[in-house]
Amino acid sequence: MIDSSLKDIAAALRDRKVSAVELATESLARIDAGNPKINAFVTVDRDGALAAARAADERLAAGNGGPLTGIPLAHKDVFCTEGVLTTCGSKMLSNFVSPYDAHVVSLLKAAGTVMVGKANMDEFAMGSSNENSHFGPTRNPWNTDKVPGGSSGGSAAAVAARMVPIATGTDTGGSIRQPAALCGITGIKPTYGRVSRYGMIAYASSLDQGGAFGRSADDCAVLLSAMAGHDPRDSTSLEQGPEDFGRECTPAKAQPLAGLRIGLPKEFFAEGMSDDVRAAVDAAIAEYRKLGATIVEVSLPNTRLAIPAYYVIAPAEASSNLSRFDGVRYGHRAAEYGDLNDMYCKSRAQGFGGEVQRRILVGTYVLSHGYYDAYYIKAQKLRRLIANDFAAAFTQCDVIAGPVSPSVAFGIGEKSDDPVQMYLSDIYTIAVNLAGLPALSHPAGFGTGGLPVGLQLIGNYFGEARLLGTAHQFQQATDWHRQTPAGF
Amino acid sequence: MSRTDWEVVIGLEVHTQLNTQSKIFSGASIAFGAEPNAQACAVDIALPGVLPVLNKGAVERAIRFGLAVGATIAPKSIFARKNYFYPDLPKGYQISQYELPVVVGGQIPLLVPDGKGGTYEKTVNLTRAHLEEDAGKSLHEDFHGMTGIDLNRAGTPLLEIVSEPEMRSSAEAVAYAKALHALVRWIDICDGNMQEGSFRCDANVSVRPRGQAEFGTRREIKNLNSFRFLQQAIDFEVQWQIDLIEDGGKVQQATVLFDPDSGETRAMRSKEDAHDYRYFPDPDLLPLVIDNAWIERVKGELPELPAALSGRFQGEYGLSAYDATTLTASREVAQFYLDTVAAAGTANAKTCANWVMGDLAARLNKAELDITASPLSAAQLAGLVARIADNTISNAIAKKVFDALWNKEGDSADAIIDAQGLKQVTDTGAIEAIIDEVLAANPKSVEEFRAGKEKAFNALVGQCMKASEGKANPAQVNELLKKKLG
Repeated sequence: MIDSSLKDIAAALRDRKVSAVELATESLARIDAGNPKINAFVTVDRDGALAAARAADERLAAGNGGPLTGIPLAHKDVFCTEGVLTTCGSKMLSNFVSPYDAHVVSLLKAAGTVMVGKANMDEFAMGSSNENSHFGPTRNPWNTDKVPGGSSGGSAAAVAARMVPIATGTDTGGSIRQPAALCGITGIKPTYGRVSRYGMIAYASSLDQGGAFGRSADDCAVLLSAMAGHDPRDSTSLEQGPEDFGRECTPAKAQPLAGLRIGLPKEFFAEGMSDDVRAAVDAAIAEYRKLGATIVEVSLPNTRLAIPAYYVIAPAEASSNLSRFDGVRYGHRAAEYGDLNDMYCKSRAQGFGGEVQRRILVGTYVLSHGYYDAYYIKAQKLRRLIANDFAAAFTQCDVIAGPVSPSVAFGIGEKSDDPVQMYLSDIYTIAVNLAGLPALSHPAGFGTGGLPVGLQLIGNYFGEARLLGTAHQFQQATDWHRQTPAGF
Repeated sequence: MSRTDWEVVIGLEVHTQLNTQSKIFSGASIAFGAEPNAQACAVDIALPGVLPVLNKGAVERAIRFGLAVGATIAPKSIFARKNYFYPDLPKGYQISQYELPVVVGGQIPLLVPDGKGGTYEKTVNLTRAHLEEDAGKSLHEDFHGMTGIDLNRAGTPLLEIVSEPEMRSSAEAVAYAKALHALVRWIDICDGNMQEGSFRCDANVSVRPRGQAEFGTRREIKNLNSFRFLQQAIDFEVQWQIDLIEDGGKVQQATVLFDPDSGETRAMRSKEDAHDYRYFPDPDLLPLVIDNAWIERVKGELPELPAALSGRFQGEYGLSAYDATTLTASREVAQFYLDTVAAAGTANAKTCANWVMGDLAARLNKAELDITASPLSAAQLAGLVARIADNTISNAIAKKVFDALWNKEGDSADAIIDAQGLKQVTDTGAIEAIIDEVLAANPKSVEEFRAGKEKAFNALVGQCMKASEGKANPAQVNELLKKKLG
């Protein structure tokens, strides 16, 4: 049943052909069977899931169910969940049970979803491979020697392995789109400010944005519609009411995308993309042309500046955001220490992994007296230029298309000794976060080794419904998103 | 070099705790005195994932202050993070304002005691005032070698008011601090309670040879929570710096603490180990935008300011600058005075001023009472003043009536005058009878007067007043006595 579309599952629940408890049980059984192979979950909340499922069944029996009532899901372990371990993939929070729910978590609880567990992730959402988790790497269901992408790798792998039909994630520099691409599922990061960051443990506040994973654009639309909306507890939350992001996911027809202008940034196609990815991306664009879209070339001339700007701004914010993890009030504290300073140093050195420490050091450096103007202020100016590039491009097109990742999933351990190589794998996704735009990744075929390739669609501000509707038409004409990894 | 060759330069940074209901970035209460950590919510203790939301009430108070000092209210200001590690700073950074503060410029007019019983006027310019959150408290006692952390105060809204380095003596610094203290209470943005830390001063102090254009190296005295400590700390610090320089030393920039027990300042940290706070705009908060409509609305709600009221007291009531300034030291005193004048009539404004600043202030001071807790109401005082004005009682009797009102021996001056028979005797016949008695009983004084001793006349007046138990109208006694002796 979990392999079905969200709408089919919801209909079966509504018609009482399946119960929420049966669904939760199926989900938990799939986790039991598959998780030892891929390590997608940090925590499985069996009792909580069954209790939520029973409550959902009562609601459904009373006819009060909604589109997500009784649907099993996983939350990325970056979201605080009351009474449930919330680790952020870190030893620092390996003992932290949150006393409150993130806004997203409470919205989805209210919608009747059944949380089966907390998904593994790169520590504090810093990484592109899920290898930076204190709880061990998540593995790609398509090939368990490969990474699932990151930082929301656990969420993406859990959906790809059909352990859950949907999952939440966060995307600061590509952390939803890249694992979605590498795991062969659909994932959307909405416009900055759509989804409340309250209770979402901060990595880089001006870039972090919650979003949705599902098998299809249609499924993502249902989840995102329930996650988004104004939250007065987040000052950067957009003052917009609830919205049906699935409103453009209309039934198939001939030439459904007639009139849609898809822009291809020439900088994305210049170099760096591996041949297998290029072939799949080209084929997907040809498919869009068949669906009636017009393809135009656009330019994002400052694309090459996105990575340097990001690796100043994100670590700067992170260095400050992660200061609260000091061992004083909660989280890891060193067992033995001398004075206060020693307690800070030991607790943080023990509690944070290598990549997190690297970014804290970089961020501290770029904010230091005498370097701030040269790095932080300069990076903010680049950020403006990058946003201006997109604004110019959107005068010529409605949606921008391109690759998500330069290659298919790479091997576990392959890039872990070379952080710069790892950073470069985010080249196509990072600029979108700097500009605050919505973007999604949908399956677009397979490359070397039978590993999935994703296609990225980038929309203008508030263009989520258009993006999802566009991807939905593609998915009605193709079946890449219906492929399931062997053994799951 | 002698002491007079040195010029003192002082600038003050004053942290005023804003009297909002809740904290600046969370909904927790800021009431003083709760059990440790009972008023610290998820945001205040900086749980993972929490976010700040700006309290509009704090902004409104900053606008009120800016308007009251004639400053510019920034149409857009920015909250920044000041990063440093300390156990009572839960986030590891303090949210403050750095490059773009909410209030820019402004002035505080002062009346400074000149040390010779007089005063002189001075105006101190403000650099800026900015909004920020307070930290919690570290409690080093009672924990057997460990430190307790109380986060009740964490997130309390503060307005940090920074002056230009324009004060030239501890007296000017104290006068400035007092004027500022009076103003923030006047416009009701701070309760001014210095014991509870609602109004704390940091003083930047340096000295330079008089006539030198550039400033000397300054040291910052932290956390002075009384006017007396402010004065003592600056005086000690100034002498310490002068002595150091005169002994051939050089002042090093430093942060110092004042020890009230020893009366000395001592260095807490030097410039070398000063923090690099790594300020940057807080990405969790949008720029603070204040439009004209908001400013106009706050302006409309602002009470008449002390400077304007003082001017009115001088213009309309004919008070001196000193009296007018004294009566506008707090809104409560000014209101009591205004209420008294309203009941006693503008013609008696000067008498009212004398009573409010004189006997009433002295009695309140002695009883350690605030004017709002005065046992004597403005209406009662006005009733007293009216009876002085219409000659019902003399000034001497008035003091008796005042005491009786203070002790609640009667509801009004009239009631007390009636009940205690204190009405001034103005009946010519009655006064003449007293005079006759006094003259008959004091033949010696009469003789001396006739011999040309003026002093003897005053003695006879005194005897008459005594005989009337102070109730005879002194002017009439004078006049009639002259006639009789004439």
